[in-house]
Order: sequence, then C-alpha cells, then structure tokens
Amino acid sequence: MTAIVGIGATEFSRQAGRTELQLACESITAALAECGLTTADVNGLVSYTVDPVEETELVRSVGFQEINWSSRVPYGGGGSMGVLSHAAGAIKSGIADVVVAYRAIRARSGATRFGGAKTSPSPTSNHAGTTAMQWAMPFGVLTPASWMGLNSVRYMHEYGVTSEDIGRAVVQVRKYAEVNPAAWGYQRPMSLEDHQNSRWIVEPCIHLYDCCQETDGSVALVITSAERARDLPQRPVHVGAAAAAGLFEQEIASDFYRPDLSIMDGSVALAARLFEGSGYSRDDIDAAMIYDAFSPILLMQLEALGFCGLGEAKDFIADGNLALDGALPTNTNGGLIGEGYIHGLNLVSEAVRQLRGTAVNQVAGAETILCTASRTGAILTTDV
Amino acid sequence: MTRPAPIVTDDTAVFWDAAAAGRLVAQRCADCGRFRHPPRPMCPECHSLAVEVVDLSGRGTVYSYEILHHPQHPAFEYPLLVVLVDLDEGIRLVSNLTDCATDDVRIGMPVEVHFVPVGEDATTIPVFRPAAGNAGGGA
Repeated sequence: MTAIVGIGATEFSRQAGRTELQLACESITAALAECGLTTADVNGLVSYTVDPVEETELVRSVGFQEINWSSRVPYGGGGSMGVLSHAAGAIKSGIADVVVAYRAIRARSGATRFGGAKTSPSPTSNHAGTTAMQWAMPFGVLTPASWMGLNSVRYMHEYGVTSEDIGRAVVQVRKYAEVNPAAWGYQRPMSLEDHQNSRWIVEPCIHLYDCCQETDGSVALVITSAERARDLPQRPVHVGAAAAAGLFEQEIASDFYRPDLSIMDGSVALAARLFEGSGYSRDDIDAAMIYDAFSPILLMQLEALGFCGLGEAKDFIADGNLALDGALPTNTNGGLIGEGYIHGLNLVSEAVRQLRGTAVNQVAGAETILCTASRTGAILTTDV
Repeated sequence: MTRPAPIVTDDTAVFWDAAAAGRLVAQRCADCGRFRHPPRPMCPECHSLAVEVVDLSGRGTVYSYEILHHPQHPAFEYPLLVVLVDLDEGIRLVSNLTDCATDDVRIGMPVEVHFVPVGEDATTIPVFRPAAGNAGGGA
C-alpha cells in the first residue's frame, strides 16, 4: 500500500504574477517541508500531459538529485486523479520510492484563459483528450463550458432536471467556500436566487455561477510506501484504491459520440474498478471530492458513481446530502467552483486534510474519502 | 470575420473536402459495412483498412442542443444555437441549427443539412435547419 504523506500549495489567485515553473517549485517544496523529506528522497515525478512545466527545468530549479521514474497522465482534468494511480503503481512496482505529483496552472492570467474562445486547436491537443474538438470549433463550440453543455442538456432533458436543481449543488459548495480562507469564494455568500440571476454562459444548463473559478496556482502531493509513511510526521493518508476507466469514443468534457450522453458512463466504469474487489463499498465513503469544473457534471457523477439512482441526484442534493450532516459531504473546500481550479488536484489536498482532521469544514470522524474526476479516481483512507 | 476553418489532416480531409464541395459524407468500412465518424484510418469493429466514402442523406434528428451566450467570438452571431444531430445513417455530428428561433429548438426535432461558408478560402461546412414541414416545430 502507498500513502500521501505531504501536501503543498501556493495561494490561489487570479493573477499569480509568476511562472508555472515557479508556482510548481513553491508547492513542491512546501509539500516536502511538511513531511520532513528532502529533494534527495524524491525519485519520481508525475503530472498532467497538459502541464506546462518541463521536468528538466523543475529538476534543475528544485534541486532533485536523481529521478528514476516520471510520468504524465492524459485527458486533462478528467485524468487528474490519475496521478495517484500512476504514483501508487510506480511505488508498488519498486520503480520509484518517493513520488511528487504536481500541477501548476495559470488558468486565469496565462496566455490562454481556460474559458476563453479557443480557435486554433492542435489536431493532437497535447494528449489533452480533446482532439475531437476540431470537429466542434468550426461551429463555435470553443470552450469547456460549450463542450460540456451538450451532455448536460441531454441529461436535463432525460430526467427533468432544472437549472435550479443544479443550482442547489452550487449553493452547497459555495457555503463550504464561504468559510475557507484559501477559497475564491471566501466570505462571498451566494444564494440560489443569485445563482439563477447570474448570466447565461450556456443556456439552459450553465449560468456563470455553475462554472469553476479559472485560477492561478499550484498543488503538490508527496506519495511513498505505507511502510515509510509510518516514520514521517504527518498522519498517513493511504491510497486504498486507485483506478482509471476510459471508454470507446470517450473524450474529456465532450463525449459527443458515446451513445447515451445523459450518463457519465466512464464514471460508472471507474466506480466498478474502485469498488469491486477493493474491499471498499459506497457505505464506507465518509465524504467525496468530485470534479466540478461545471456543476451539471457534479450531479451526473453522483449518479454514475452509484450514490443515488439515475436522475435522482437533484433529490439527493435537495435533501441536503452534500452538507456536513448529510449522507455524503461533498467538495468541502468549496470544490473547483468555490475554492479554485487547480485542475482537480486541490480536491485531493482537501481529502488529505479531511483525513488528517484539519479541514476547515471538517467531517467528524472521516476515515475514507472518494476522489473522482470523471474517468479517474481513488479511495483515500486512514483505516488500514 | 469568418468562422474558424476546420483543421484538415490526412485522416480528416475526406470529410472536409467533401463538405467544401457541398456534400455530406462519412466513412464506411468496405469489409463489415460499419459507418464511422469522426474519420479514422481503421475500422474499430473489424480492423479493416479498406474504406468507402458514402454520401449521406443529410437528414436526422436533434439529439441534444445548447444556446451559447459567452464568450463571444466575432465570427458568430449570439445567442448561438449548437446541436448534436443523429443522422439517419447512425452517425452523430456537432453542428449549428439555423433558421430556428432559440426558443423553438427541441430534442428530437427533424433537421436537414445545408452548407455555409467558412475560412479564408471560401470552403463550406455542414449546418442544419428544421426539416421541411417542421419549421420551428419538433417532437
């Protein structure tokens, strides 16, 4: 078994004023410092294929002495939790002993704003999983919101889901963000009425407040064997299970060509990999961190992961189940919508804080947490 | 300003070259007969590399839609109506719906293809409008 032993982050902002390389250096050294390891201990690196930081520059800047393994996970944010399965696999195989997983991003101030209209995509898309966007862009489908909107509208149509139903999930994650000093949404209350009155980005599924916060910042995780974790200062957070599931014709954000777009069937397959045979069941999950780049996919993932039936997420949410006293406290940092968008990795650091008992919105007695991003995910636990 | 032109590669030219000539086509496996879109070099069903390029009916129904408000690209008029069209041949396309008020679009409505100009070199791409006899209506 492997464990997350250190987490680090920069501040989350709209204008970092420094490069992604520097942001990565800062989050990585913070993560190493809190777990008492040094650059001499680290011999593995993993990030996203879309991360702009060059490994060579990172090694040169942070001062790593010898890297024996490195990897990058494809599929953008949908692959974000894949850094955990990559790292765990490398450590279990013996190829690496201590792995740093990181993501550095200037989604707001960088050369290309994430939500800006992109009109010159590469046909290969740097393995972001968006090659099929070239089939959408001539028709004005230029942004992540517009890629996800087509799935979201079919979902709403199939199950009679309204924008207000979706807004109730946003209200909950924004409540969490409101008291999280690291969050964009800190001390920014938002009501369902505010949500409904925010302007349309994609009608009838995505208002402005359904969108995650384009953010500048970096998050880093330090992962090693459970055995080594026992000697380190932080309470170990074990990777109980980690998996990925990419399906035929699946893309990120857009799955235009899957037969039934009202269900995130990549997440159905992911849940099967995570729960079947791992020894964990949905009843073991004390809280969830679910990739919420746009709020409709939060509902769709709750259903696909099996926490409620198809079409029932709206009722599950309206019944208060995402709150601290609900059945499945979810995105307790405020999520990507309320805290910020470090492309999913800040959801993992929140899960770690929950399992250490140090979260701002602490789930009492949390022992086991599910982290998922569409097609990748992990079960993190203190209970081994 | 014109729409962003399609990205044409050796693997995708079959679709865009036909569209530039006002034809809607798809690849069909010459061995097992499976249609496929977007274009690709191999049949994912039988691994055949033999392929036919088939003219499509241009008729289908709206599988999903969205109305784009923001951000706005100067080549398009907003609100912009985007549709996923399930063609009668079993292929799904991302496209636009024209000649239809945004309030009138419905999932399941029958649509038919027509072509609009894009890019600098006067190529054309396929978009859709409500099928004749169904203007503004739908299932």
